[in-house]
Order: sequence, then structure tokens, then C-alpha cells
Amino acid sequence: MKTNASKSTAPATRLPKCATGIQGLDEITGGGLPRGRPTLVCGGAGCGKTLLAVEFLVRGAAQFGEPGVFMAFEETEAELKANVASLGFDLAGLVQRKKIVIDYVHMEPVEVQESGEYDLEGLFVRLNHAIDSIGAKRVVLDTLEALFASLPNEAILRAELRRLFRWLKDKGVTAVITAERGREQLTRHGLEEYVSDCVIVLDHRVVDQIATRNLRVMKYRGALHGTNEFPFLIGDEGISVLPITSLGLNHKASNERIATGIPRLDSMLGGRGFFRGSSILLTGTPGTGKTIVAANFAHAACRRGERALFFSFVESPAQIIRNMHSIGLRLEPLVKRGLLRFHSARPSLYGLEMHLATMFKEIVAFQPHVVIMDPITSLMDAGTASEGKGMVTRLIDYLKAGQVTSLFTSLTQGGPSLQQTESAMSSLMDAWLSLQDFEGNGERNRVLYVLKARGMAHSNQIREFLISDRGIDLVDAYIGASGVLTGSARAAQGALEKAVVLADQQEAAQLKREVERKRKALDRQIGDLRSDYETEALELRRIAEQVGTRTFVLGTERAESGRLRQADAKVAARTRGKPSPEKIN
Amino acid sequence: MKTKTVKRRAATSPRQPAKIRQQCLYVTEPEIPPNTGNVGPAKIWQLRLYVADHTPKSLEALSNLKKICESQLKGRYRITVIDLLKQPQLAKGHQILALPTVVRKLPKPVRTIIGNLSDTERVLVGLDLRAAD
Repeated sequence: MKTNASKSTAPATRLPKCATGIQGLDEITGGGLPRGRPTLVCGGAGCGKTLLAVEFLVRGAAQFGEPGVFMAFEETEAELKANVASLGFDLAGLVQRKKIVIDYVHMEPVEVQESGEYDLEGLFVRLNHAIDSIGAKRVVLDTLEALFASLPNEAILRAELRRLFRWLKDKGVTAVITAERGREQLTRHGLEEYVSDCVIVLDHRVVDQIATRNLRVMKYRGALHGTNEFPFLIGDEGISVLPITSLGLNHKASNERIATGIPRLDSMLGGRGFFRGSSILLTGTPGTGKTIVAANFAHAACRRGERALFFSFVESPAQIIRNMHSIGLRLEPLVKRGLLRFHSARPSLYGLEMHLATMFKEIVAFQPHVVIMDPITSLMDAGTASEGKGMVTRLIDYLKAGQVTSLFTSLTQGGPSLQQTESAMSSLMDAWLSLQDFEGNGERNRVLYVLKARGMAHSNQIREFLISDRGIDLVDAYIGASGVLTGSARAAQGALEKAVVLADQQEAAQLKREVERKRKALDRQIGDLRSDYETEALELRRIAEQVGTRTFVLGTERAESGRLRQADAKVAARTRGKPSPEKIN
Repeated sequence: MKTKTVKRRAATSPRQPAKIRQQCLYVTEPEIPPNTGNVGPAKIWQLRLYVADHTPKSLEALSNLKKICESQLKGRYRITVIDLLKQPQLAKGHQILALPTVVRKLPKPVRTIIGNLSDTERVLVGLDLRAAD
């Protein structure tokens, strides 16, 4: 079976791999180191060669049931156990349970005299014995090059090394050989000449005062592998390599929508907020309320009973809680109930990949539904631009794979370059809200746009963003001939409109009163006229009666006088002096 | 010591393969102790020869060692041959890498020579026999 592993490399079948269990390394190498073959790990002092080798063995023994032999040329067994114990590796326990054998090879060149031919059969015997005693599948030789210092005859040594690697292959063990980085070649003594199957180069360099460890699979015979340099770090759980570019884009897409905590913003986003598992970018110049929107989002998540994880790179948790309290957002009870967790760290505290690993660890431990990074820009300053972008990519991919909704705030400098500088990151984001300052009339007012929201109808309108002690409110900004009006200008415009309406109302009321008055005047006139008429009619009747009376009197007087003079004129006078009042009327 | 000794074997049959017993042994015993030479008090030199199987190199080493001892330390040496193939755990215990290896256990300090001992001069230096000469 052992020899099978190295021989069964038919063109159709994949090269058998030996999983290292080291976070990220198996991803890069497509499953691990070549099984049954030696792998060379080289790098300068202190770049983690020994640790990588130890982790390979420990994980092999603990996770994959493959016992291992560690042949140490530099550190004693006790030193080795103590060194890796701080990384959480129970090497001593594994040795006790006969899962790992440590063989410390001690050599003091001064005491050794050379006479005639020799070989390294003793090393072979030791190794063979160690392998057979526990049925080891993995072997580490750390650092084999120490032999060059103690054995004077290089010709013999080289021949023996060649034989050793051949022997390791025949033995069918997966071996890791560490070597010090040389000046012009990969290793100081050219070991790469013998180990041709897989070469991993470790590197530790300082750029802008920030140290970064990098890992590169330089060679992997017979297998596809990521050839890039990947940052890796040594955390308290061993090595983790962060393959930034190797991840696929195959995460699920949820149709579930989650509220933002600002009802008006929800309605701008098709009425239902963001998609679950989406990544949201919130850009804004200083003081535009990014943290407040972020805190609202976290608050809303917690109110739904979800967990929210808040990474802050500028403020301490206590500071955020206090500040949010001033706008009526009480976060402390949520923290106490374990729904909200803060993680604050200065970006310059450690390198980018360490931040990333710390964040991963927090995320794994807390299992949040919502993650907030405030602000992502100051974190990205901790590395170079490309590293920063790579980190964000990695983070988003990681969060999306777990259906975690993420909100990243980003501090922008404003001005026309705003949308340009953010464009690099925005392509990674599903939604982009922009908070801006509007300056005018001697004041600054905050406005909010939804620049993009993938997969949902969203408002193209500007909204004024008001922060009061009752929280956030979004109001329509006044858009008129003179442009967008916000703040007091918007208020003034509103007042103006109100005044116009009031004036109209007053005018109408006045008109109404006028009409009423006129009607009343008319009525009065009619009354007057009627009374005039009645008076005149009365007068007329009185006159008519007077006339009648006078005529009668005249008639009677005439008749009287007639009678006095002639009695025959009596009848004629009587008919003429009798008028009817109705006819006159 | 648990080692068994065989008298005069080295002298009589130098080509005879090393015989391994329980612990570590093919041993040459000095020929009758009395102080014969000019090397100071009759101290027994204890030498260990580590080999793996009877390869030409290990046989050469043994015969060379014996030759040198016979000429320099006649009667005052004891060679223990340890075959690591038979007792591989001793390789780790005694920190052996190269083979063949000769270790001078006594007199102190411990000295180590590797190789088939074909270079007599270097063996003498290595075993610190120069001064004795």
C-alpha cells in the first residue's frame, strides 16, 4: 500500500494527496501535500518552517489518524514540546500515546573525527526504527541541512541525501523537509536538487513597518496549485494560510429580506430592506452618520433576535454605546443579552492577515447573522491597497458562504474622486449607500442616496438624513428650480409654501365676507325700497280718501247750494263724487 | 555489566563476523591484563564500534580498529560491536548517524570517529593515541 501511493500516478487518476489540516494550505494545494513523497519547505530564519512541519505532523496524528516521526536536528524534544504547546499543540500527549515519535539528532562536530569512508546508515536505521515503531505515515526532517555543518565530507553527504529521499519515497511516507533559505538558491545547500516533487517557500518580510508572512507553493509536480503568494499567519491555533484568490464564487443567494432599522430606508429599497447574506457598502465623508446607520442596522438585527457582531477600528465599545444612546439607540441591553458583540482593535495593532484571522475566529465563535465593519477603510490602511482589497474579498466570500449579511462603512475624502476611489471595492458589494454632506446657506446637511442595490427595485431619490435624539429620520429633500434644498433652506421653502396657501385662504375668506356684506346691503336696500313704497302707497290712499272726502264734501256743498238754488241738479252730482280706491291702486 | 566476554577471540579470528548477544556485543577482551607497556597504568580502553549489518565497510572498520588497537593498546582494550540493525533503538540512544562509528567510552572524554578507519593517522588523532606514542 505504501509503495502503491507513489506509483499509482496513472495519467487519468489524480495524484494522491496528503491533507495537512493546516487552514488554507490544503485549499491552495488542492488537497494537501503529495502523498508518499517528500516536500521541501524552505525559508529564512523565523518564518515558521518548523511550526508548519510540526502542525503537519500533529494534525496528521490527531485528525487523520496518521502517526508521524519528527526528526529534529536543531531543537531537543523538550524544547520542541514547549515551543509548540503555546500554539495549542499537545505534542507531549501525542508522543505519550505513541502517535508521534520525536528523535532529536544531536551532533557536535568538534568531537567527531573522520577516517575513511562512511555513510549515513545510522540515520536510516534510526528513521526506519522510528517509522516502524508506530507505523508512521508522515515524517519531518527539521532541519536536515544541519548535517552539512557537522559532517565534513560533502560528497558523501550529498550522495546519502539523494539516497535518503529515494528511501523515503520507497518507504511510502509523506515527508516534509525543512531547509534554510539560501542567498542565490532556494536552500543554503541546494536541497531542492533532491526534492523535486513539491517545494513550498515561506517568507517573512516587512513592508511599511508591518510584517507579513507569505507562503508560496513554488512547485508541485503533477498537480494544479495556486502559484500566488498567500499571506499566512501564526495564531494561537497554528498556521492559517489565507487563500485570497483561490475561492470560487458559488455561494447561495437568499431571497429573504431584512430590515435596515430605518423604515424610510427600507422603503427606498423596494420596501423590504436588504437581502440576507448580501454585502453592503456605506460610504461617507467624515461626520455623515455612517456609524449611526450601522448601529441602527445592528440594532434592528438584534431586535429580530439575531446576533450582530460589530467590528470597530476607531471607537471603543463603550464609546459607541454612549454615542448611540444620545440618539435614542440603546445597545447596552443587547450586549448584555448576548445578541450584540463588539470587537474593537486598532488597525495598526497587527498586520492585515492577523486582523482577518482574528475576525474569522470571532465570527466562528459568535456565529453572527449580521457583521459590521466600521470602518473598513482604516483597516485597509494596515496593508497595501491590493492586500486590502484581497482581504475584503476574502472576508465577503467567507461571510457570504455563511449567509451572513455584512455592512462595511467606508470613510471617503469627498469631492469628485469619491465614486472613483470606492469603485474598486464597490464591485464586491451588493448594495451601496452613499452619505454625503450638502453645504449651503452656511450649514451642512446630510443626505443619503442609494447608489446601487443589486436585485431589487430601489429609489433613485435623494433623501435628507436627519439625526435627532429620537434617532434617524429620512425626509424628502426639496427639489426645485434652484436645485436640491436641504436643512433650513428646505424648511424655509416649506414655510414659504405654507404662507402662500395661508394668504390664499385669507383672501377667499375676505371675499366671502364682502359678498355677504353686499348681500346684506342688498337686502337692506330692498327693505328700504319696500318701506318707501309702502309709505307712498299709504300716502296715496290717504290722499285719495282726502280727495274723495273733498269731492263728497264739495258735492254735498254743491247739492246743498243747488238745493238751495235748484232742486233738480241733485242726482248728477251724487254719481260723479263716488270714486273707488282699488282702481287707483 | 551484562556483557559477556570471549577471551582472545579477536586475536585468533579477526575475520569472524561479530556475534550479537542480548545487549550489545561482540567484545574483545584484553589479553591477560598485566602492565606490559609504556602507556601508564593498566587502564582498559573501552571502544564501541557501531555498524549496520556486515557490510564491507563495517568489516573493514572492525579489522582496521583491531589492527590499530593491537599495535597501540595491546592487551588493554575492549571492543564492543553493536549492530544497529539488530538493536535500532540504540542509534537514537547513542546519537549515531554515520556508520561505521567508533566511540571511545573510556578513558574519558568520549571521542568519536566515523568511517572505515582506513586512515590510520586520523584514527590515532581521533582516539588521542598520538600523545601516548
